[in-house]
Formats: sequence, structure tokens, C-alpha cells
Amino acid sequence: MVRVTSRPDETVAGERPATGASPAPDAAGLGRARATGFLVPSMVLIVLFLVVPAAWTIYLGVTNYRLTGLAAAHPEFVGLHNYTTVLGDERFLSSLLLTLQFVLGSAVIGQAGLGFAIAFALRNRRNAVRRVVEAFVLLAWILPSSVVAFLWIALLDRDGGTLNALLGTPGTAWLLDHPMLSIIVFNTWRGAAFSMMLYAAALENVPQSHLETARLAGASTWQQLRDVVFPVIRGHVLTNLLLISLWTFNDFTPFLITAGGPEQRTEILPVYVYKVALSGGELGFGAAISFIMLLINLVIALIYLRMLGRRKERP
Amino acid sequence: MTTPTTTATRPPRTDHQDAAATAAVRHALARIGRYVFLCVVLGFFALPLLWLATAPFDGTPTITTSLPEFTLDNFRALLDNPYALTSLVNSVYLAAGTAVLVVTFAALAAYALSRVRVPGRDALLYGLLLLSSIVTGTATMVPLFELAFRLHLIDSRLGVILIMTGGLLPAAIFILKDFMDSTPTSYEESARVFGASPLQIMRHIVVPVVRPGLATVGVWAVANVWGNFLVPFLLLRGPDKAPAAVIMYTLYTEGGQADLRLLSTFSLLYSLPVALMFVFVSSRYGFRFHGGIKR
Repeated sequence: MVRVTSRPDETVAGERPATGASPAPDAAGLGRARATGFLVPSMVLIVLFLVVPAAWTIYLGVTNYRLTGLAAAHPEFVGLHNYTTVLGDERFLSSLLLTLQFVLGSAVIGQAGLGFAIAFALRNRRNAVRRVVEAFVLLAWILPSSVVAFLWIALLDRDGGTLNALLGTPGTAWLLDHPMLSIIVFNTWRGAAFSMMLYAAALENVPQSHLETARLAGASTWQQLRDVVFPVIRGHVLTNLLLISLWTFNDFTPFLITAGGPEQRTEILPVYVYKVALSGGELGFGAAISFIMLLINLVIALIYLRMLGRRKERP
Repeated sequence: MTTPTTTATRPPRTDHQDAAATAAVRHALARIGRYVFLCVVLGFFALPLLWLATAPFDGTPTITTSLPEFTLDNFRALLDNPYALTSLVNSVYLAAGTAVLVVTFAALAAYALSRVRVPGRDALLYGLLLLSSIVTGTATMVPLFELAFRLHLIDSRLGVILIMTGGLLPAAIFILKDFMDSTPTSYEESARVFGASPLQIMRHIVVPVVRPGLATVGVWAVANVWGNFLVPFLLLRGPDKAPAAVIMYTLYTEGGQADLRLLSTFSLLYSLPVALMFVFVSSRYGFRFHGGIKR
């Protein structure tokens, strides 16, 4: 097999630049058969629990499969009936609209905006202030979702909520009067940490001297951001926006706070699927909605991969 | 830097002094603004968390955050509830099982992909990346439920472990392949010269070298499973098998008036492991992205 073992980097670097610095082929003498064997356990689980469910969604989506009853034993092929029903369904359309509001409000504006603002305010600092702020922002991100959900229910409670006590607005039922705003603020709080960390790393790529020059030239903070900072971190911004959009789009945590209510006013798509398919038992119909969600995910991911490829060409 | 003496004398001197004064004022204002902003941020992020710090130790816990009359009696409520401690054990079981499977399988796969030119390796990696980002638990909950039903994995903790493992593996393989790619192969080569078998090389050389990577993936997998609500909520039926994420939810949604003693102490106990893990990871490796996402 490979005899030239002394200079592995050289042999590979010229051959395949796309995958980066891959070491010499097969240093431990694994052999192709054993290597394939190493891949098998992972591939079995990935195929079984990622590929099969995705494919199955397509199949279930064209049946009238139900959790219970006659259609549970003998599901029938109904063609695109589920899809035509879904697309004409008022509840689905309003759910899609709510999901867009949720993604736009809490991910694009909330998490990315706040995350960037915190990272920008903390740049070039290595002091206690930075550590404390970062610790709290990160804590909101890492605590279990069912715990933080209750913490927010307690915070926003009508009678004993800390927020009402602080604002002097006793009796305001935030979760009933402003449910969408509540979960948008909640998700901003919950997820700003990722954007903060990503932008903190990105801001380290901005040359300090450029900022200094801009400031001496009398540029306002906003002008500095627009003309000096943003061009450098543009790639990070796009990556960040697409990742958090994808995560927020599929987020089930608001269910823990509002369960989709009141009157379906926070029924974002993941909650809608859960209610229709698993509470309501209409598995076929739910699968059709799931498939539409997968398509939307695919579009978001393709945009991401495209930009990834474009950034690779110009490192 | 902008001392008046070095500047040219063309602009009238007073203008320049004015400009310098405005700049100084603006600088001071920016500084104040920055601190005010940071205080607001701190308040916003700390406010919901305060309850978790005070209520468990309050003799008469209410939903409102207040200074506690210190007591540890509330923790007795944990022992009185039949499911509280069991659910934490269940969480440990699910998290440990998933982490072991993810680390083992991902390490094997990442090593093979890093060191051996498996046909279609790049296509496989990109396919995995795409797949793991679009196929999520919420978008595929219907077929996952259906699949678990057919495989008799409903109400089975093994089912939760397998499904979680399948979902986490693609990203884990990615992270670990990066680690493996950046480790030199010379140790493996020398060991091979001395006649070590491939499996010996794996165990005695590769694993110790990439241990930080394995630890990272392990911690990441544990954190993911520990907080995951949806998968066990869908698949496990009775409260005796439910992990803490699900029991926590039932504590405040079922059975009328919530018992705040139980709820607060349970939240704290359930949150503590991830908080400690975070402290450990951040003190040991630093909890930030280095140089950003460059991939």
C-alpha cells in the first residue's frame, strides 16, 4: 500500500484541496473493508432514523392514515388530496404566517440583532463585566427547555408574575393578551447566546486599526458598523441568519409555554403538526404538513450550502 | 493622537477645539450608553433566572421572585414525589446511553472517513450535512412515531436512545472528522512499523490523541439529550420511564395547583448538571468559537 509515509501532507495537499488537510491515506493500515465496517453502525442508525423518516413522510402524506379507527388498519392512497386540503386550510395558512412572524421576530431581528449588539458592546474587553454578561446569556441558552419554559410562565404570570410587579401593571395577562410577542421575546432571550458567540468571534477578524481610523475621521458608530465592520463579517452574518432561521423554524419549545394557545394564536408549524397528527390522530394529513416543512427546511439549507460553496471559492 | 499641536493650522483654532470637545463628549456618551445597554442586557437575561436561585430556598415559595426566608426543607418534596428522582435517573440513563453510542459510532465513522479514501466520501459528507440540517425531530415527528410503533420501540427507553443517536450522529461525525484530520498520522505509522494491529492502533494511539474531540462530542450529546423534550414526550407513555424534561412539564401542566416547593427544587436539581458541565467545559476549553465558523 502506501509506502511514502514520511511526507503525508505533501502527497495529499496537491491531490485534493477541497477537503482541506486530509492526512495520509490509511496510516493505520485499516483497509477499505474494515473502513466500511467502521462506517456501518453510524450509517444504519442514520438511514433508519433520518433517511427513512424523511422518505416515509412522503409516503404517509399521500395516504389517509390515522392513528385509530378504520383508516389505521387499512390506509388508503388518496393522492394529493392531503396537500390540496392543507394548502386550502385556513388554520395551516395562519400557522405558516405565525411561523414566519416567529422566525423573523425572534431569530432574524431578536437573536441576531441582540446577539450582535452584545458582542459589539463587549468587543476588546476581557474584564469581569464581559464574563458576567456572557455567563447569563449563555445560561439562558443551555438550561433545559422545560425549565426555562416554566421560568417564563412564572415571570409573565397574571397575578404573581415578577414582570407585573416590576412594571407596576398588576393583572396584565401577557400570555393571553400578547401571546406572540411573549414567545418572540422568550425565544430571543433563549437563543441570543449563539449569535453573540458567533459575532464575538467574527468581530475579532475586524482590524482594530480600521475602526480607529474611522473613529478619528469622525465616523459615527452606525457609520463604522456599516462601512468597516459589516463588510468584514458579511459571511458570518449570512451563516448566522440561516442557521438560526432553520432552528427557530423547527423549534418546539413555545409549545411548553403556550401549547399553541390562546385560540391558536401561537400555533407555529411544529405545534400545528403535533396537534393535528399526534393529538388529533390524522397521521396522513400531519405527514403532508411535515413534508411541506421539510421542503422549506431544504430551501433554507440549500441557500446555506450555496453560500458555503461560494465562500470556499474565495477564502 | 490628535494633539492640537500636530495638526495643520488651516482650520481656525476654535473650530478645532470645538470639534475635539464634541468628540470627547460623544466618546463619553458612547461609553455611558454602552454601560447602560449592558446593564439592561444583564437585567433582561438575569430576571427570569432569579426565581430559580431564590424559590428553592424559600420557606413559602410563590411565583414572584423575592428574597427567601432561607430553608432547605423544600428539598424534602423531591423525596415525597414518586417520579422526581426516578426521572432524573431516567435522564442520566438516556443521556449516558446516547452519548456512548454517539461517541463510539461517530469516532469509528470519522476515523474511517478521515484516513481511508472511502468511495464517495465527499458526497457522503455533504449529504449528511444537508440531511442533518433539514431532517429535524419536529419536521419528522409523524414518521418517527410511526417507525417506533412498527419497531416496537414505543414506550421503550432504547427507542429514545436510538432515535436521538441517529439524529446527533451526522453532526458528531463532522466535528470528529475535523479533529481527526488535524491530528498527525506519524504516531499511527510508527506503531504500524512496530507491528501493531489496526485495532490496537485505534485503541492505544488514536483514541488518546483525539480525546479532547471525543470529550467535546460527548458533552454536546449529553447536553442535547438532557434538555430534549420532544422525543421522550412522543415516545414514552408512563411517568415511570419519563425523563426529567417530561416530568418537569407535567409538574406545571397537570394536576391543578402546582406544588411550587417541588417545582422549584426539581428545576434546580435538573438544571444543575448542565450548568456544572458548562462551567467545567468553559474553564477547561473556553466556551467560545475560535475564529468563527470557517467551514
